[in-house]
Formats: sequence, structure tokens, C-alpha cells
Amino acid sequence: MTTAQQPPTPHRGQPAWAAALDTRDRAWWNDLAMRGVVLAGGMSAVLFIVAIFGFIASQGFEFIVNRLDLGELLLGVRWEPTVEPPQYGALPLIAGTGWITAVAMAIAVPLAFGAAIYVGEFARGKQREWLKIGIELLAAIPSVVWGVIGLHVMKPIIQELFGVQVGLNVLNAGIILGLMAAPIMATIAEDALKAVPDSYREAAEALGATKWQVVWKVVLPHARPGLSAAVLLGIGRAFGETIAVLMASGHRLMIPESIFDSAATLTATIAAELGEAAVGGDHYQVLFVLGMLLFLITFAINLTADWIVRGRRSKA
Amino acid sequence: MKLPLVLAFASTLTVACGSGQKEIQNLGSDTMLEVAGALAEAYQKVKPEVVVSVSGGGSGVGIAAVMSGDVDIANSSRKMKEKEEEEARKHGYSPVHTSIGFDGIAIYVHKDNPLPSITLEQLKELFGDGGKLTKWSELGVKLGDDADPVVLASRQNNSGTYEFFREAVLGGDKGRFKANCNNLNGSKDVVDFCAKTKSAIGYSGIAYATDQVRIVPVVKSAGGPPVLPTVATVLDGSYGIRRPLYMITKGAAEGDVKGYLDWIVSDAGQKVLQDKGYIPLRKL
Repeated sequence: MTTAQQPPTPHRGQPAWAAALDTRDRAWWNDLAMRGVVLAGGMSAVLFIVAIFGFIASQGFEFIVNRLDLGELLLGVRWEPTVEPPQYGALPLIAGTGWITAVAMAIAVPLAFGAAIYVGEFARGKQREWLKIGIELLAAIPSVVWGVIGLHVMKPIIQELFGVQVGLNVLNAGIILGLMAAPIMATIAEDALKAVPDSYREAAEALGATKWQVVWKVVLPHARPGLSAAVLLGIGRAFGETIAVLMASGHRLMIPESIFDSAATLTATIAAELGEAAVGGDHYQVLFVLGMLLFLITFAINLTADWIVRGRRSKA
Repeated sequence: MKLPLVLAFASTLTVACGSGQKEIQNLGSDTMLEVAGALAEAYQKVKPEVVVSVSGGGSGVGIAAVMSGDVDIANSSRKMKEKEEEEARKHGYSPVHTSIGFDGIAIYVHKDNPLPSITLEQLKELFGDGGKLTKWSELGVKLGDDADPVVLASRQNNSGTYEFFREAVLGGDKGRFKANCNNLNGSKDVVDFCAKTKSAIGYSGIAYATDQVRIVPVVKSAGGPPVLPTVATVLDGSYGIRRPLYMITKGAAEGDVKGYLDWIVSDAGQKVLQDKGYIPLRKL
């Protein structure tokens, strides 16, 4: 926007020239305001993380300082917080979370990678678009719906198919979580495949490689960091999921010995018990300690994923 | 699963609260949510100017909310714990428990399970830590090889029902559950679980019975008769597993709150409670 006050033909290097460009018109104020708005948006994420961690830590702080027996918490096998004397052994919960996450990954990784490879390397045109929309829709299904599917659809199927008495178990929760994590993993994995330069594919094809040979020998190895990040983020997703697991896992506070045993997870335990725990009591506080444990684990997983992706970028 | 119900109660009842009306806030036990809702609704017809809004969340949540002054009445399916009483005294309150009725805890099995009766001792051996009973054949019931191990349907460890069963059946304060219980998240879920699992046995309020499950008569003391939980047997104490239900206020109730509690323990209120499947304080 030019104004009448603009000085006549200033010369480069003169202060007047710079001052002329530095007019505080509406665009300038707009720029300043919008910069502030997006800065607040960007900072809020960090602020929330810090505030949430601060809150969780403060709720469990007194217990951590005075009564926490870390050995019992991590290795104890009885979780009985409401019986006198209480026992706070979270190993069954940690083991349950680990088992269910492992089953979920065994299901999600082949599904997600298969979907990513097909959509990224084989599908063309309309089909590709439709598949991508389908994957995104799958990611949008609320977790409580998955929980109901576990409770009412998967349970009788598992009981029938494997002849087991209890259909709410590690397998059920693992399948549900696997299906929940797969779409996100597929999306990230596909991005990783897309990042492999086409010239690599063309070079391999020019040497006479088949489509699958190109994928297997060239694209997948090159995309490995991105694919690892996809898996890690999927694990993070499975680790933190609550309501679907609570409904499908059978909530048994014992270290599972097979995939047909019921199990309990850290998240489901917090969800099931926090509502009735006396605020400020030991039980209440120890649930927040579990929350911290969960927070630290998922934080570490996400950081590792981020680090792997960055590692790839800086190398490229 | 409980949330929609809570919201439905809360919204219908608070929307009705116009200007000039008085509102009583009532929050707590999920077990008592349905009966508390029914009482609130019936009270609308008795005293339209007083609106009672009911929500769930758990006995602990209700008690905490009363002691912080957020609500007037807490529903609780257990007595206040020592820690909670202490906290209340710190705020200068002396909480009052008003007993409003009883809940009979029934023993549920799959509808095809022929178990004729069970003693309190056998229940302790089944559910209690260190108990020796683990198979249906040991109770004289043949369910086939794959269904022989007993599957225990219990509740999450902060539920009032869990606490009560532990004290009444597993040997008081020291009683502990076996670790291999399935800890289900609601009274209805226990019944549902028993309906779908051939080898399951579970405990839950009698109000939750369906035709998909069987209620097993309980023998209170060795050699005694097996007794089914009914209004009569729970009231006279011949049925072994019953618990009182409480409404807790932070001090002696006054004004509208007192009026509401007085109505609940009157014959009219007790009738509503009985119609919901709970046991009144006295024979009506």
C-alpha cells in the first residue's frame, strides 16, 4: 500500500529508505496480531504438556516422597489398593499392558504395512483415493465403539472359535487395539514410502526388477526409519488406549500366561478405580503414580519415534 | 455405558429447575443410581417445588463432593472410611449416615448350571485368597472338561459391592480375593458375564437378575436351609448376604434436604425403593 507520505526516491543504504518501507499500516498490525495468535497456538501444546505433567506429579507427589516402594510397584504381583494393608504391585498391570500391546502389534503391523504398500506402490487412480478415504474413516471410529465390538462381537466369536470359557481376554483386547492402531500406522507408513524418491524405483525397474522386487529390495529398506516410527507411534497408541481395553480385556489383575487369559492394563485400572478412590488418599495418589509411569512410557516412545524420523531427515 | 443414564437424569432434572424452585443435589454410588433417580422422580410429584438432581460417579466421588460443599446428599453403598471421616472432621463437619434400605447380594451362575445351593464357607473357598475350591466337579457339578475350572466374576476393587462381599463372605477386614477374578465394572456387567460364560459364578445386587442367569440359594450356616434372596428373607436376615444403602449428609439434615430424606424413609419412599428391586427398611 503506497501512501502520500512516501519520501521521493530514497537511495539504498540511507536510513530514510528503510524507514519508508517500515510503515505501520493495517497489514503490519495484522501480521503482528496473527503472529501472536499462531504463537499462542504453538506454545499451548508445550504449555499443556508441562501443565498436565505438573498436575499428575503434584497429585501423587506426597505419596512418592513418603511411602512409595518402587520395588513393590514395579515388581509386586498383587494389586489390592483397597484392602488393609494395601498392596500396590503393578506388575500384573504392566504385564497386561505389554501382552495386549504385543498382540495388537502382531495384528496391526502386517495389516498397516500391507495397506501402506498397496496404497503407496500398487493402487492407482480412483481405487487409491477410495482406499485412503477408507483408512482415514477407520481411524475416526470412536474407541467406545471398538469397545462395544469387543464386548458383543469379538467375545462370542473367540469363545466359539477357540473353545475358551472367557472371551474377554488378551486376544480380544489385542485384536481391537490392533485394528484401532492400524489406520494411523498405515498413514504414517505410506508417508514414509512416498518419501522414497521415484528415481530409485525407476533405476531398479530399468535393471529388470519386478514390482515386488522394487518394493522389497529398494523401497522398504530405504523407508525403514519412517516405518519404525509408524510402529512406535502405533505402540504408543495401543499403550494409551483406555476404554476399549477396559471393555474387552476382562480386567483380571494377574500376569497373563497365555493370550486366552483375561488381563488388566494400566490405563483401564486408572479409569476403573479413580472414580471411587477417596480424593487425596493413598489409593488416589498411587493411581496418579501409575499415570506418571504411563506418561513417561508413552513420552519415551514418541520421542524415540521422533528421533528416528529426524535421524532420517538429517541423513537425506 | 453408565454415562448416558447419568446425563439423562442430570439434564431432565436440572432443566425442570426453573426460577423460584429449590434444588437438591444428589451424587454418588453407581449401584444406587437407578433407585436414587426413581426416588427423585417420584418426589417431583410429591413436592413439585423441590427438584432433586441425581448423578453417579461412585460412592467415593459422592462423599468427597458432599464434604466440599458441592452437593447436598451423597449416595453410598458403603459406610464412610476412616480417612474420609477424618477429612470431614478437619472441615468441621460431622457426617450423618441415613440408612434408606437394603441391597441383597445374589450369587449368580449361568442358567444351565445345576448347582442346587452353596454355603458361605464354599463361597469363601471359591473367591477368597488361598481358598481350595477351583473346579465345578469339586462342588458336585458336571459342566464338561473345558468348563470345569470355575471362572470368578468379581467387581473392581473400589466398588461398594466388592468391599461388602469381601467383608461379609471372605472373612472381614482381613479377607482378600483370589488374584484370578475377572473384575467387572458394573453390577449389570457381572450378571451379563455369568449369562455368557458357562463356568462362571459371580455376585451382584438382586435388582439386576435376568432370565439368562440363575440365582443360587445360599446356606447361611452349615446344616441350615438353602435360602433365596427375597424381600422377606433379606429383611428378616435369614438370607446371609445383605448390605445397607446410605444417603450421607455433612451434618444433620435441615430444611428441604431433611424433608426429602424423611420422605424416602416413609412408606411412600420405601415403596418406590422396593419397586426398583431393593429391600425396604421394614415390611410394607
